[in-house]
Amino acid sequence: MKRWYALLTLVALPAGAAPLAVDLAKSEITFQSKQMGVPVDGRVRKFAMQLDFDAKKPEAGSVKIELDAASIDAGSEEANTELVKRGWMDAAKFPKATFVSSSVKTLSGGRYEVTGKMTIKGNTRDLSAPFTVKTQGNAQLFEGAFVLKRLDFKIGEGAWSDTETVADEVQIRFKVLAGPAPK
Amino acid sequence: MTRYTRVASALHWLIALAILANFVFGTWMVDLDLSPAKLRYYSYHKWLGVSVFLLVLVRIAWRLGHRPPALPAHMPGWERVAAGVSHVALYGLTLAVPLSGWLFSSAKGFKTVYFAVIPIPDLLAKNPPLADVLKLWHLSLNYVMALLVLLHVAAALKHHFMDRDDVLVRMWPFDRSGSGAKS
Repeated sequence: MKRWYALLTLVALPAGAAPLAVDLAKSEITFQSKQMGVPVDGRVRKFAMQLDFDAKKPEAGSVKIELDAASIDAGSEEANTELVKRGWMDAAKFPKATFVSSSVKTLSGGRYEVTGKMTIKGNTRDLSAPFTVKTQGNAQLFEGAFVLKRLDFKIGEGAWSDTETVADEVQIRFKVLAGPAPK
Repeated sequence: MTRYTRVASALHWLIALAILANFVFGTWMVDLDLSPAKLRYYSYHKWLGVSVFLLVLVRIAWRLGHRPPALPAHMPGWERVAAGVSHVALYGLTLAVPLSGWLFSSAKGFKTVYFAVIPIPDLLAKNPPLADVLKLWHLSLNYVMALLVLLHVAAALKHHFMDRDDVLVRMWPFDRSGSGAKS
């Protein structure tokens, strides 16, 4: 049996390493927006992720994230009712937002940076996010944060594009726990 | 005639105007459809509420150091008791109404940031079911305060027009006699 698995690995390798097993229950994507100077916390309740990362070869890492637009909790019932509407996420027409990485590089101090294309509401922009990796048992914990400008993606159109009331900058944080690739 | 000090009188009328304005404004804004304007109005309402709270504290501190003029000699015992109780209740409510609004806002998940600059720490963490209860408290306390204010105004008018004493005049902001006022 062992040999058989080894053979399978050999066959699979050229097509790219197997992705890690992301533990969605212990992973989270949260954000903080600001309205009238008031920080408001929110989170993405539903997302899927394909992640591949080896600290020995960080630049070979990759990630693909699919976020469920209708699952975004913007901090209050009123905000959630508003957020799925056309002027905001237009979740009926654009049910998924995606991030597809193009490169991963090593920064100083044990930090890394992932760069890729973020697509929200049909608008695609290049984004980079620094992150750290910690080992937890045989799993790895990825943590990072970056600023997303909501107007780059037309999140909040018309009267809502006024940044005096709702700030353009949205602070996004992610925490992803991933175990080794399933054998 | 012994008047209230100019400071006591100025604080009384300033707070009265601010409370009246915020009561009408708050009652009006809650039924608006969600818009950036509504978010701004909510912030203005909270800032004015915090201002009322601070002004009432100043007023109480001033009053502790400056005894108000004595009640007219003709007042029977029950009127003196009623006046004492309703004034304590009014001071209490002018503090309790903004306090309940602040707690309601915290429970709803929105920190109060005074003038969009000074964050007021939350005493309560976000808790939507508790927010529903506090909303009811904020409303009820407002209506009790409104009833007491009506009683307060009615009593002042009774003193002026029926008893023909100086209870209203000594708090009146415009000193027509040009004498007898303490600064």
